[in-house]
Amino acid sequence: MAMITTQQRSLSSSSGQSPRSPSSFSQQQQQPFLSVSVTDPVKLGNGVQAYISYRVITKTNFPEYQGPEKIVIRRYSDFVWLRDRIFEKYKGIFIPPLPEKSAVEKFRFSAEFIEMRRQALDVFVNRIASHPELQKSDDLRTFLQAEEETMERARFQETGIFKKKPADLMQIFKDVQSKVSDVVLGKEKPVEESNPEYEKLKHYIFGLEDHLAEAQKHAFRLVKRHRELGQSLSDFGKAVKLLGACEGKSFGKVFSDLGTKSESLSVKLQKEAHNLLMNFEEPLKDYVRAVQSIKATIAERANAFKQQCELAETIKLKEINLDKLMLIRSEKVGEAEIEYKELKADSEEASQRFEMIVRLMNEEIVRFQEQKTLDVGLAFHNFAKGQAQLANEIADAWRGLLPKLEACSSHT
Amino acid sequence: MMGSENQSNYEEAHLYASREEMESLVLDDEESNNLNNNKSFSEYRSVMSSLDDSHLHHPLALSPPSIVVLEASHDDPLKSPQHQQQQQRNPNSSSSAENSYLEPPSYADVIFSPFDHENNGDSNGNESPSFHDSGNFGTLSRSSSSSSEYLKISVFDPQKEQEMSNSLVPGGNSYVTYLITTKTNMPEFGASEFSVRRRFKDVVTLADRLSESYRGFFIPPRPDKNVVEGQVMQKQDFVEQRKMALEKYLRRLAAHPVIRKSDELKVFLQVQGRLPLPTSTDVASRMLDGAVKLPKQLFGESGSVVAPHEVVQPAKGGRDLLRIFKELKQSVANDWGGSRPQLVEEDKEFLEKKEKLQDLEQQLSNASQQAESLVKAQQDIGETMGELGLAFIKLTKFETEEAMYNSQRVRAADMKRVATAAVKASRFYRESNAQTVKHLDTLHEYLGLMLAVHSAFSDRTSALLTVQTLLSELSSLQLRAEKLEAASSKIFGGDKSRIRKLEELKETIRVTEDAKMCAVREYERIKENNRSEVERLDRERHDDFLNMLKGFVVNQVGYAEKIANVWAKVAEETSGYVKDSS
Repeated sequence: MAMITTQQRSLSSSSGQSPRSPSSFSQQQQQPFLSVSVTDPVKLGNGVQAYISYRVITKTNFPEYQGPEKIVIRRYSDFVWLRDRIFEKYKGIFIPPLPEKSAVEKFRFSAEFIEMRRQALDVFVNRIASHPELQKSDDLRTFLQAEEETMERARFQETGIFKKKPADLMQIFKDVQSKVSDVVLGKEKPVEESNPEYEKLKHYIFGLEDHLAEAQKHAFRLVKRHRELGQSLSDFGKAVKLLGACEGKSFGKVFSDLGTKSESLSVKLQKEAHNLLMNFEEPLKDYVRAVQSIKATIAERANAFKQQCELAETIKLKEINLDKLMLIRSEKVGEAEIEYKELKADSEEASQRFEMIVRLMNEEIVRFQEQKTLDVGLAFHNFAKGQAQLANEIADAWRGLLPKLEACSSHT
Repeated sequence: MMGSENQSNYEEAHLYASREEMESLVLDDEESNNLNNNKSFSEYRSVMSSLDDSHLHHPLALSPPSIVVLEASHDDPLKSPQHQQQQQRNPNSSSSAENSYLEPPSYADVIFSPFDHENNGDSNGNESPSFHDSGNFGTLSRSSSSSSEYLKISVFDPQKEQEMSNSLVPGGNSYVTYLITTKTNMPEFGASEFSVRRRFKDVVTLADRLSESYRGFFIPPRPDKNVVEGQVMQKQDFVEQRKMALEKYLRRLAAHPVIRKSDELKVFLQVQGRLPLPTSTDVASRMLDGAVKLPKQLFGESGSVVAPHEVVQPAKGGRDLLRIFKELKQSVANDWGGSRPQLVEEDKEFLEKKEKLQDLEQQLSNASQQAESLVKAQQDIGETMGELGLAFIKLTKFETEEAMYNSQRVRAADMKRVATAAVKASRFYRESNAQTVKHLDTLHEYLGLMLAVHSAFSDRTSALLTVQTLLSELSSLQLRAEKLEAASSKIFGGDKSRIRKLEELKETIRVTEDAKMCAVREYERIKENNRSEVERLDRERHDDFLNMLKGFVVNQVGYAEKIANVWAKVAEETSGYVKDSS
């Protein structure tokens, strides 16, 4: 369900196409589409080696793809491979975030965790599949279509060459942040862009992460509170029933009914806790991850800018050197000229790379804001709807007892 | 003890063995009023006080207004749920709390201001109109409204005073007095409104004297002394807590149909100056007397017969050492001796009832604990909801300030709706909970009452023991008399000394007979008190529990409806985000 909605939204907002109704399959055949679903988590392997595998079903009419449907088996590390490859190749684009690798052993195979991860992975792939640029990626095609052995080989190759460890990413973040502080302290010549609008964006992104993280933390606690309230309602219900057993038959029945109601509400609370987790807390967490992904892009842009600057510096020096050599009519002039030309080409490339990142980021940020408003709006709706429903169920349950309670007092 | 060799040897041997028991027996008696069900009282208090703390320190520190309105009237606040019931039919309005509920400030400028409100100056004199003013609930106020007789007691104004003269410590002992104000229309008091200053020691005295005069009744247990007195006493919290505990206690006394008319209570509430009741220390000083007298008694040198008037009290302290000793022997004989005592607890109905009450106590304890957990869980969820709301408010502000795109402004607006709803819901949780605490407090009240039940039943047991002891004594006296008679009849002309002894013995028997009659009468009286109190307990418990359940349920319904409305609105406002996907 979520898969289709996300994909629909992304497609309509990114390509500006008219909203397609999923029921009209004829339309699907004419328009190019690529839709993926990540399903059916299955635990494989034993002990420490155990992991979860997912069925990834691709439905598409893209000519490059083996269509109309292809099913492959993938595991979490395959998704990580895909993310890393795309991150390398598509600098400037906000790469869709992946759910975290859970460290806690006990939790790793809990039903809830598995379901949350599956959902997040599904959203991840679909976001890539519906991004106008990213969907063209060869790596995506490999991920969605390659045989399992091919995928495994590709994954092993990654280690050591392209694989960006979290530590590396952290270092990049730190570089970006420390550069800012260094400049403030006057330690270093600013290798930062002097772009006030971009500065504003950076400031926004960093602040947003903090605020979101706090909201998400409370949302997670709220889930826990629902569970706790459910538990205590259950215990309370049992205790009330026992207390009622001390009373006479008819009066005792009231206690028993109340206790039963309390226990039934306990079940509803557990349900709502789960709903909250999946449809409110998880989207918030997803939002936080998305912001962190933007930070990675910011770091990439800073890198590209630095490279451009450094190359520019080097070229200047080489120019001066070349002039000097020309003046003294050295034999090295030829060599130097070749070097200089190469450097100029590199510099040109670096500039282009940087400019593309800038351009892409500008587009991406607009799309990001719009997408997030939709995502968060839906999460809010689910939250409000769930809470309203729960409260109504609670009111109805207790209200049902009132006539019985009334009847009791009229007897005495 | 009576001069017979056999007996005195036996008794002497026993004397050394049971001295500790005797001492502990004495202590037990003194301490019997200190019995408290520590766990439940302190735990419940901790929940109450933590609720109160969070009340003050939480950024969303709010005082529920609805309670003030409920307390302002003298009516049974528990009656209002019935009033609410009529409103129940109307789906839009819910509990009567709606009437008193003031609209929250507008969140237009995304600034949250804590909800401010004034206390209507409840007669309790408390600053905070919190659920601590459970005075009404403390008495399960059905009594104040159902009878035409009205006795309302309030405690105010704790003040430190110095004890003059007889203190050994330079600077004197300081203690706290409380102003106790009574309003009544009962003719016994002769006035309709009066005040008096009492200290805690006076309350202890009152409680002790009541327990002596009203054996067999379910006398509300008094607030506990605290082990760490001295320094702790100075703390504000302690004094506050004690003040409220005193008020609760006095109101419970006023609610008891028999005790409210007692002389002891009247004197306590009305007589100015020093409390004219014998203090517990006076009673304890009898201990010294007793310790001096015992050797004489053992060797038959002083009158050691239990006087009839003494049997109407359980054996304790001081001069009763001998009696304690005898009764202890009797109870051991009851348990381990071969023969059945002449009078036993035969009342099957009573024994059944006792068992049922023990069961009730257990379930009350359990339910009280679970009620505490429930209250805590409700408090927590309300708090977290509030914190979530605040986090969203901050986020909204942030987005609005930094907005560069319209989509951000839209998002910020959505977020504000959710934040507002969350904060409102949080407040509802808190208010609802404050009510829940009051309703479920009934469980706690009855748990405390079980102590009084224990006490009343043990009055019965000790009265029975006294009777049994006297019966045993009588039969052994009569046996000796028979033996003496038989012995002296063998001597021709009579044995002057023996005849004299026989006369003395017959006199002793007569006095003991009288004492036995008194003891039996006392025992019967206590039995009757037990019976009528059990009946009252059953009756009142039914009403109180019913009110508790009703109040609890109505409260839950009311607030759930309010919370549902708040969220339904937001769900409606954000319904556009749902694309028909199926």
